Amino acid sequence: MKRYWGFVIKEFYHIFRDFRTLLILFGIPVAQVLIFGFVVSNEIRNIKISILDYSHDEVTEKITNKIISSGYFELYSHLTDYSQIEPAFRTGNVKEVIIFEPGFSSKLGKTGDAALRIVSDASDANTGRLITSYTQGIVMNYLQELMGQNTSVPFTIDTRTRMYFNQGMKGVYMFVPGTMAMILMLISALMTSISITREKEMGTMEVLLVSPLRPIQIILGKVSPYIVMAFINAIMILILGNFVFKLPINGSLVLLLLETILYITLALSLGIFISTVAKNQQMAMFISMLVLMLPTILLSGFIFPIENMPEILQWLSAIMPPRWFIIILKNIMIKGTGILFIWKETLILMGMTSIFIGLSVKRFKIRLE
Amino acid sequence: MESKENIIVVKDLVKKFGNFVANDHLSFEVKRGEIFGFLGANGAGKTTAIRILCGLSFPTSGEISVAGYDAYKEREAIKRNIGYMSQKFSLYDDLTISENIKFYAGIYGLAPKIIKSRTAELLSRMGLEDIHNRLIRDVPLGWKQKLAFSVAIFHNPSIVFLDEPTGGVDPITRRQFWELINEAAAAGITVFVTTHYMDEAEYCDRVSIMVDGKIAALDTPEQLKKIYKTKEMNGVFLTLARGAKNN
Repeated sequence: MKRYWGFVIKEFYHIFRDFRTLLILFGIPVAQVLIFGFVVSNEIRNIKISILDYSHDEVTEKITNKIISSGYFELYSHLTDYSQIEPAFRTGNVKEVIIFEPGFSSKLGKTGDAALRIVSDASDANTGRLITSYTQGIVMNYLQELMGQNTSVPFTIDTRTRMYFNQGMKGVYMFVPGTMAMILMLISALMTSISITREKEMGTMEVLLVSPLRPIQIILGKVSPYIVMAFINAIMILILGNFVFKLPINGSLVLLLLETILYITLALSLGIFISTVAKNQQMAMFISMLVLMLPTILLSGFIFPIENMPEILQWLSAIMPPRWFIIILKNIMIKGTGILFIWKETLILMGMTSIFIGLSVKRFKIRLE
Repeated sequence: MESKENIIVVKDLVKKFGNFVANDHLSFEVKRGEIFGFLGANGAGKTTAIRILCGLSFPTSGEISVAGYDAYKEREAIKRNIGYMSQKFSLYDDLTISENIKFYAGIYGLAPKIIKSRTAELLSRMGLEDIHNRLIRDVPLGWKQKLAFSVAIFHNPSIVFLDEPTGGVDPITRRQFWELINEAAAAGITVFVTTHYMDEAEYCDRVSIMVDGKIAALDTPEQLKKIYKTKEMNGVFLTLARGAKNN
């Protein structure tokens, strides 16, 4: 036990004496959460639009006002001719143009049929699709109000939507769990694999292996400081999410922290496994970044919905530990569910952990041959 | 020398990597308190053999006993009784001199009191009291090397294994280093050292020369020079190495 503590103290010296390590451990997580929370967002707010109104009547005024006062859009300019649309998009100032046909209100009054055209800049496909559907929504809404006054319409279907678990459709609900899964993976796997391969490179690993320390003691000694560090990080992210982004923790905090420790252990065992494969620090870093980071971001369902992926990638995503952790996090934090709803994911994480620990132990022995 | 007991006994040690035979039926004994030089060209199988003796690697076959313990069944006991220093000096760059000593002493399970007194004694003997709080990365190479050796024998092992301990160091520092080795041997520690500097072979009590995984010669430096009719160990080595397949 005393030997173990000596080892842990030594490991903390390594961490605290290296500015880069400290930066990776504490600077990057905070920056990531803030960046993802504030910048990367798929919410629509203050989108600049132009209006091309050939009609200029009471109804087009009303619709225009309704769109602008919605908060999603901001009036940039009034156009006077169709030919101005493309130049407006080219400058990049305007994302959407709304065109009312001549005689809009009179046509609407007489035939009940008037044309409103929505043209959007789809160079950013997601935003393009989102803002057109928002605009359509607002116009439909206006139409319903209109029909409400006009009782001559025999029946209407009143659709009312409610977004469960995330009424405000806030992006942070998605990004905080994702960032947490990503950062814990980065710190745990990357830092442990680097610190173990560093000992190999320096030749100190040999000396440790010649000493009476057992391999398991060496690994535990190296890994446990990073468990503490990663856990502190997890708490930091939760606090940031809660206070800065108002992300609730609806479920049990104890369960949440236990699942976090399980995930950290998984990431650490992955880090140990990487260090048994990698010959030096560069290679460990390369494997961690390329094999862990990118798939975590792309395939875990963190940013892109898994349901939309081709089937092969869906299968690939199933072997990404973060995918399951993100489901667990969302369940506990946002839906407030208990272990009954996430036991399957928990078991998957446990299974993955034991596989990586088993593989690492096997590889560690082979290395001694 | 004859009367002393054997502390390392190796009989028919074979180590194969696939089809490649790195150690081909090595047999030799090392006596307590002896400085045993283990020589050979690069790739002759020195490091493979020393790694097996230290328990870093398993032999393919053969009988090996180190410090009276069996290399297969009593590895833990062997580990407690040996020290090891590699050509990389193996100290932590970002730890101070004192912290390195304390850490390595700690993993051998020495009591804090003993660590404290031995550290103080070591620092004063080496004249390092003033810089004991300096990081290893700021310590000159020669000092680092001596320190690595002192750390390797800090727990008073009965044998210390030195794998090319003088690589990359200037001749004067190498000489000083051999004074340390002599001191340790005088204190009763058996020294098992590999090197490819032939002048260092002269400092050993007995020398074995490996060629192509086999021991080509094993005797005192004087005796070897007599047999091969040359004035320097270098001549002995060249004669033997010329017959190597690998060259």
